[in-house]
Amino acid sequence: MADIRYLAPQSLDEAIGAFAAAGSAARILAGGTDLLVQMRSGVVKPGVIVDIKKIAEMTAIKEGADGSFVIGAAASGMALYEHPRFGKVWPGVLEGINLIGSKQVQGRASPGGNLMNGSPAGDSVPAMIAAGAIVTVQGPNGRRELKVEDVPAGPGRTNLKPGEILVSFKLPSRPSGSSDAYLRMIPRTEMDIAVVGIGVSLTIKDGVCTAARVGLGAVAPTALLVEAAGKALVGSKLDDAALEKAAEACRAACRPIDDKRGTIAYRIKTAGVLLKRTTAIAAKRATGK
Amino acid sequence: MNLVTNNKWIGQRTIRPDGMDKVTGRAQFAADTTMPGMIWGKVLRSPHPHARIRSIDTSKAEKLPGVKAVVTSKDIVDFPIDKGAVMLGIQDMRWMCRNVMARDKALFPGHPVAAVAATTEAIAAEACKLIEVDYEVLPWSIEIEDAIKPDASVLHEFNKWEGKPSNIAGRLEHKKGDIAEGFKQADVVIERTFTTRPVHQGYIEPHACLISVAPDGKTTIWSSSQGQFMVRAMTSMLTGIPQSDIRAIPAEIGGGFGGKTIVYLEPVATMLAKKSGRPVKMVMTREEVMRATGPTSGSRSTVKIGAKKDGTIVAAHGTFYLQAGAFPGSPIRGAAGCSFTPYDIPNLLSEGFDVCSNRSKVAAYRAPGAPIGAYAVECVMDEVAEALKMDPLDFRLKNAAKEGTKAAHGPTFPRIGYIETVEAAKNSPHYAAPLGKGPAGTLRGRGVASGFWFNAGGESSAQVNITEDGNVVVTTGHPDIGGSRAGIANICAELLGIDYKRVSVIIGDTQTIGFSNLTGGSRVLFASAMVVTQSAEKVIQTLRERAAKIWNIDPEAVKWDQGAAHPVSPNAGQFEPLTLKELAEKAPAMGGPIGAGVQLNTAGADGGFGTHVCDVEIDTDLGIARVIRYTAVQDVGRAIHPGYVEGQLQGGVAQGIGWALNEEYIYNKDGKVDNPGFLDYRMPVCSDLPMIDCIMVEVPNPKHPQGVKGVGEVPLVPVMAAVASAIYNALGIRFYSLPMSPPKISAALDANVKQAAE
Amino acid sequence: MAKIHVTTTINGEPMEYLCEPNDTMLDALRGPLGLTGSKEGCSSGDCGACSITVDDRLVCSCLMLAAEAEGHELRTIEGLADGEKLHPLQQKFLEQAALQCGICTSGMLIASDALLRRNPNPSEEEVRFWLAGNLCRCTGYDKIVRAVMETAAEMRDGIKEAAQ
Repeated sequence: MADIRYLAPQSLDEAIGAFAAAGSAARILAGGTDLLVQMRSGVVKPGVIVDIKKIAEMTAIKEGADGSFVIGAAASGMALYEHPRFGKVWPGVLEGINLIGSKQVQGRASPGGNLMNGSPAGDSVPAMIAAGAIVTVQGPNGRRELKVEDVPAGPGRTNLKPGEILVSFKLPSRPSGSSDAYLRMIPRTEMDIAVVGIGVSLTIKDGVCTAARVGLGAVAPTALLVEAAGKALVGSKLDDAALEKAAEACRAACRPIDDKRGTIAYRIKTAGVLLKRTTAIAAKRATGK
Repeated sequence: MNLVTNNKWIGQRTIRPDGMDKVTGRAQFAADTTMPGMIWGKVLRSPHPHARIRSIDTSKAEKLPGVKAVVTSKDIVDFPIDKGAVMLGIQDMRWMCRNVMARDKALFPGHPVAAVAATTEAIAAEACKLIEVDYEVLPWSIEIEDAIKPDASVLHEFNKWEGKPSNIAGRLEHKKGDIAEGFKQADVVIERTFTTRPVHQGYIEPHACLISVAPDGKTTIWSSSQGQFMVRAMTSMLTGIPQSDIRAIPAEIGGGFGGKTIVYLEPVATMLAKKSGRPVKMVMTREEVMRATGPTSGSRSTVKIGAKKDGTIVAAHGTFYLQAGAFPGSPIRGAAGCSFTPYDIPNLLSEGFDVCSNRSKVAAYRAPGAPIGAYAVECVMDEVAEALKMDPLDFRLKNAAKEGTKAAHGPTFPRIGYIETVEAAKNSPHYAAPLGKGPAGTLRGRGVASGFWFNAGGESSAQVNITEDGNVVVTTGHPDIGGSRAGIANICAELLGIDYKRVSVIIGDTQTIGFSNLTGGSRVLFASAMVVTQSAEKVIQTLRERAAKIWNIDPEAVKWDQGAAHPVSPNAGQFEPLTLKELAEKAPAMGGPIGAGVQLNTAGADGGFGTHVCDVEIDTDLGIARVIRYTAVQDVGRAIHPGYVEGQLQGGVAQGIGWALNEEYIYNKDGKVDNPGFLDYRMPVCSDLPMIDCIMVEVPNPKHPQGVKGVGEVPLVPVMAAVASAIYNALGIRFYSLPMSPPKISAALDANVKQAAE
Repeated sequence: MAKIHVTTTINGEPMEYLCEPNDTMLDALRGPLGLTGSKEGCSSGDCGACSITVDDRLVCSCLMLAAEAEGHELRTIEGLADGEKLHPLQQKFLEQAALQCGICTSGMLIASDALLRRNPNPSEEEVRFWLAGNLCRCTGYDKIVRAVMETAAEMRDGIKEAAQ
């Protein structure tokens, strides 16, 4: 029988020490909604489980004076839903996070876990990419920041260095006329893994889109920032031609697979459809209509 | 007919006897008990779809500390293949012994090859990994078209078809008239081929059992199943322990839908318990349930229907190929026997073919085979109606089976309620309502379909005892999967004329109640109501005799009414009524305890018919179909407890919507199930469904004391066709394969656009 | 492998138990704590039969380590009734035939209670999406959704009456 230890450190330094010391056998426990499933199925057999939820910074949700947000990596979907301000400023990011699993899963699952699980289909990731989130990671060699889209390295893999822990997400302050949205396609109405997921964040001034970012999930080994889609929208009035150009950029960015959740053709087509729908929702929110 | 009229309890929505335990978490399901000294069993399963087992070495596992017993096929009684069938109900023990533990060959990924009992689940799992199995991997096939190819790898060499070893294990036909002649008379003939994927019953409770074997061989089985007597008999036959030594106790069952009508774990756990001398608990994981317990068949059906211009069907031909999985026995009887039965067709040939392939052995699933057949037949019915420019319900009415119609599978119908279901559907608020329009980018459609299930009688036992304080305990022998205890309590309260709350209904174990056949085939309330009624009538006779004795008058001069004995008339004498309570108190002095049991092989189960109306809304950009309104009409005979009759209808419809839209077994290139869990085996969740309206048509069964007909199976039968026809109505595209999942609908829409452009 | 000693509160009662580091909360409830009302249907958070609340937050107990309960307050189906007095949801489920086999019922009730605690007036759509994580294979959900909505209405009326 392999020995397993459970640790629930009170401080980040303690957590990093324990995590780094245990090497590749260690796993971080945030909400556990992926980790416990992987442990039960035998895919993952951790030697040390480091529960980070007793560390205040890991579950904190803070709004800065400038309107930016810092979200602890282990803040649960339900805690973010209940936050009086977060969903007003970042409705799309909240949608992405709140689509991770059931209400039960929401009670535990966190955007940090969703990102670090490394699934190309994680619902919060495209929304975070669209939002331009920056993550803070900390390891034995101190803190550093990465763009959220630079975290995933492939299915189940990230670009964090050995011993590094994801600490928080920073969402920038945004000019007025900004909002975001996230949509995914699933066969049922709930409880499925995204076949395609799209986050769109944009700013509209006098009817013209002045900034736009598009995150695309479940169509490639990692969630993607589709810069060409954002560019296609910027400068337009989100007219049909601009939307079609952005949709085409999304379709072009797809490098999907055929699997039990969808076909290549279906995923590519859906990426375009969802780009248009998600953009429409984000625009409606941004313009307050 | 002894139909109870002016009912006080029959037809009431009483609170189910087992309800309180279930809303408070007290109810004990299969995995909820423990025994002193209990250890845990785990199964080692084949990773291969098809492999000869050259040898199994369990020595390393046996040496692992904590391991108490290891079992292989050597420990399970063999029923040799060449010695002929040994049937238990519809199951051949030659297949059952090989299904619970592979003998010479492993026939599907997940097939048990050995089992271990150890002091913890973790040690048992670890020990399984130490068992060395030497496999000779063989070619395999899963899909019907692969399995029936001339060069397909054959699962069972002894099985011959047209003189050669084959995976076709059997054929069945129902015939009436001459189809060649019949089709000659037709003005419209439509022939189509359909496929369906394997789908699982999807009960939420995994298979589980806890078994102890004492040194003298006395065995106690605690498990959930659709028949404790089936568990006892199969375990006895597969372990050699006589039935008299096996007490099979029925735990509360967390869903079955046919899937718990055979054993998987019990014989294995019994042998582990016997060898270890310790009680053994086994609980399947969800993955084991999905890989190794029976989904229903995948299928390929071809249906041809011919009709005259006036709408009269003159001939029909159905050919239904069904996957049996690893061993013969797919439900071709349901597919070939039920699908055309709603209609009076003079010339009919309905054929079923049973095809073995390297997937888990098929298990019964709600009206086994009938929904597969009905999907094909009802879709073609819809197409013929359209070709004739007839309303699909009028087309069905024109050809409806009725009293005196001879069904191809044998019976000439007595008074049946099929026509009533079609008329009720036609007159329903749903059918009258306009479809309405959905949001931009959506299209709506409406479909209808009918369905039939045989229903069943068979063996049942009941005991009705009056307690010393004048209340009632009813014991029956059928696990309650849909509220049968509530129905029985209603009937018993009605007959005895007492408050429902004074009747306690329990399910006896195999050593305390007489033999009772499976809970299946929609037979339980039909059959158990018969034996309970006769038992109660015997009790009432005793009560009248006791009162007569006390009053010193003739028993014939005593009547039983409102829970008390009364003189039949003032002429019989002037006596204050004697209540059940009073008679119970006087029982010791007046002849002893009061109670009666009846055991019968019941007959007279009439078939059940249903007609459904379904509305769908389709997101045409993404190909997502949602059911937005649904009405299920069914001839239920007599709704003893309307709440649980509606529950059967609603539950069956929900399963059918899942089967129609998203549920399917997906196999990977290695022949393994790629979606063995609730995440990717997509059963409907709450937000997927609308309310499901029920119209209960009551055409009482004349051969039953309360008019009962089985209701559980019929509601699944029409659903896939109703959904498919609704999608056709919305899009003008007919789907000949299930599930009608978004990528499939989307691809068909794109193909249509492309075709239009060309 | 040393077991972990956990002190927690379950259904208002202080509780202690020993668990392995990789035991789930569901393992602890059904094992050493003997609270078998929470059911194991999938062990992957897809069926909701093991639903409990932790500090009033709805979770799947199969997706939480037993060791994590230290210092928290848990509520399970065994704590939903107030002694002999059923919770209105329990009563309504019985009256409306909102259960058949009963294996999902514990989780359905705990999830429904969690919904009504935060939203006393849910729409049908809100009930359906809230309960999407609780699979039921018997009922088609119809009677469950109705029972939750009717309970909510009666509880609102009860509060109104109490206020008058």
